[in-house]
Amino acid sequence: MSAELFRTCPESGLQFHKPAERLMKAHAVASIVFLLIGGVGALLVTLTRWPAVHLLPADRFYQLLTMHGVDMLIFWLITFEIAVLYFCSSTLLKCRLATPKIAWLGFALMMIGMVVNNLAVMNGDASVMMTSYVPMPANPNFYLGLILFAVGALIGCFVFLGTLVIAKEEKTYEGSIPLVTFGALTACIIAVFTIASGAIILIPTYLWSIGYINHIDPAMYRLIWWALGHSSQQINVAAHVAVWYAIAAIVFGARPLSEKVSRTAFFLYIAFLQLASAHHLLVDPGLSSEWKIFNTSYAMYLAVLASMVHGLTVPGSIEVAQRAKGLTNGLFEWLRKAPWSNPIFSGMFISLVGFGFIGGISGVIMGTEQINIIIHNTIYVPGHFHATVVIGTTLAFMSLTYFLIPTLFRKQVMFPGLVKWQPYLFGFGMAVFTLAMMGAGTLGVERRHWDMAFTDSMLGFDYPASAYTFMGIVGISGTAAVIGGAIFVLVTVLSVFFGKPVDSESAWGFTTSRVLRAEPIVVPEGGHAAAGKWGFAAPGTFLLAIFFLVIFVIYYVINWKYLASVWPIS
Amino acid sequence: MNDQSSQDEIVRIPIMQRMLDNPFLLLFIGVVFPAVFYIIWGIMEIVTIPIAN
Ligand code: HEM
Ligand SMILES: [Cu+2]
Repeated sequence: MSAELFRTCPESGLQFHKPAERLMKAHAVASIVFLLIGGVGALLVTLTRWPAVHLLPADRFYQLLTMHGVDMLIFWLITFEIAVLYFCSSTLLKCRLATPKIAWLGFALMMIGMVVNNLAVMNGDASVMMTSYVPMPANPNFYLGLILFAVGALIGCFVFLGTLVIAKEEKTYEGSIPLVTFGALTACIIAVFTIASGAIILIPTYLWSIGYINHIDPAMYRLIWWALGHSSQQINVAAHVAVWYAIAAIVFGARPLSEKVSRTAFFLYIAFLQLASAHHLLVDPGLSSEWKIFNTSYAMYLAVLASMVHGLTVPGSIEVAQRAKGLTNGLFEWLRKAPWSNPIFSGMFISLVGFGFIGGISGVIMGTEQINIIIHNTIYVPGHFHATVVIGTTLAFMSLTYFLIPTLFRKQVMFPGLVKWQPYLFGFGMAVFTLAMMGAGTLGVERRHWDMAFTDSMLGFDYPASAYTFMGIVGISGTAAVIGGAIFVLVTVLSVFFGKPVDSESAWGFTTSRVLRAEPIVVPEGGHAAAGKWGFAAPGTFLLAIFFLVIFVIYYVINWKYLASVWPIS
Repeated sequence: MNDQSSQDEIVRIPIMQRMLDNPFLLLFIGVVFPAVFYIIWGIMEIVTIPIAN
C-alpha cells in the first residue's frame, strides 16, 4: 500500500484513502444539492396544504409533490448513503476502496438518472408522485431516470462489498468488522434487495410507457413496487442507526453496551425489516389476511424489536460513557451535562428520540391491520414518515455532515452560532409538523390532496374546524423546519466551498472539547454497575425506555378504543 | 485464563458470530427471506385470483 494514497486526519485520526475521499466528497455535495431542490418543493407543497395560504394551483401542486417525494426520498438519501457506505468501509477499515473508477461510473449514472428524472417531472407530464402507480402513465424518462439512478446506486453497493473483501484479504482489521460498518453492511444488503425489486418493476413499466408492453397488472405493480418503496426506508433506518452508533463513539467515546446484542438487532433488520413492506397493501383486496398478518405483525414486530434495541443501547452506551467520566449524580446528570450546543450531538439525539417516539409508535399503529384502517391514506401517513426519514434519517445525516466538514473536507464550519440552533429548529419544527399531521389524519384529512375544503366539488365533505387548525399548524411548523433545513444547506455549502481550512480542533466551529478525544473507556472503580444506580449500568436510559413503553401502550389502546367507536359492533 | 484455553477460544468462534462475519451469507438471507415471504408468496396470491368474465 503506498502511503501517499492515504491521508490521516490530524485531529480525528481517521485515515482517508484519497480516491475514496474524492468519491465521498462528490456524493456528499451532490446529495446536499438534491436536498436543496427537494427543500424548495417542501416549502411550496407545505404552503399549499396550509389552508389559509393554499399557494399553488392543483397541477403545480402534484408536480411539486412528485418532485419533492422523489428528490428527497430517493436522490437525497441514497446519494448520501453511498457516501456513508464508502466512509464505513474504506475509512473505518483503513482500507483502499475497491475499483474507484467503477465507483465513479456509478456516481455518473446516479447523476444522469437524477437529471433525466427531474427534467421529466419539470416537463409537467410526469406528475404521478413517487409511487407512479400504473395505469397512470408518466413520461418514459421518469422511469428511465429512476432506473439509471438505481443502477448507479447498485454499483456503489458492490464497491462497498468489494471493499469489505479487500479489507479482509489485506487484514486491515482484526476479528469482526466494527459495529458501525456492520450497520452499513445491513443498509447495503437491504439496498441490494430494494434496487433489485425496483428493477423488476420499473423496467417493465418503462417498456410499457414506450409501448413495448401493453399491460401491467396494478395489483402486481403495487406488490413489487412496495418491495422497493418500503425497503428503501429500511436502508435509511439501518444507515441512520449506524450513524447514531458512530456519533456516540465520536462525541463520547462510547462503546456499544453489547456488540452481540447490537449485531443481532441488525441481523433482525436484514432478515425481517423488508417483509413489513406489506403494510402498504393492508387494504389491497387481492392479498390474503394470512399474507398480510404474517408479513406485518409477526415479521414486522421482530424488526421493531430491533429498533427498540438500538434505541435503548445507543443512549445506554452514552450514559455508561458519561458515568465513567464521573457524571454520576442522580439519574440524568449524564444527559443534562451532554454537549447540547454541539450540533453533532444535539442533532443525533433529537433524531433518536423523534424517530423512536413519533416515528416508531405511529409506525406500529399503521402496521397493525385492524387499526391501520383508521388512518389509511390520510395525512397521518406523511406524518409518520416525516418523523422517520426527516427527523430520523435526515437529521442524523445533518449531524454527521457537521462532523465531516472539518474531517473530510478540512474546512471550518461557518456561522457556528447559527449552527448551534439548527438541529433544534429543524428537529422541533418537524416534530410539531408530524404530530399536527397525525392529528389531522386521525380526523380523516387525506394525504396528497390539493383542496381539503372540496370547493365546487359535487361530493363535498366538511371537516371539523380542528382539522383546519391542525393543517394550519402543519403549515407554520413546516415552514419553520424548512428554514432549519435551509440553514443547514447554506452553512454546508458555504463552509465546503468558501470556508477557512482547519488547522486544529478548536477551529472546528463548535464545542469540540470532547469530540473524538475518545478517552479510552475507563472502567470505574467497582465496575460500570457501581457508577450506575440500583444495579443498572444505565438507569436513566432504563427509565426512559419504561416511559417510552408506557406511552406506546396507552396510544395503542386508545387506537383500538377509537376503532371500536368508528365501527360500532352490536 | 491460560494460553492454551485462549488459543482454543480463537479456534471455536461461535456459530452465530461466524454467520454475522460472513457478508455474503447475510446478503443471501437478506434477499431470499423477503423474496420468498413477501414477493413470491404475494405473487402466488395475485395470480390465483380468478379472472372476471
Ligand atoms: C422541512 C422539511 C419538509 C417539509 C416541510 C415537508 C413537507 C411535506 C408536505 C407538506 C408533503 C405533502 C403531504 C401530502 O399532501 O400528502 C410532503 C410529502 C412528502 N415528503 Fe416532505 N417535507 C420535508 C422534508 C422531507 C424530507 C427530508 C423527505 C425525505 C427524506 C421528505 C419526503 C416526503 C415524501 C416521500 C412525501 C410524499 C410524496 C407523495 O405523497 O408522493 N420530505 N412533505
Ligand atoms: Cu413502509
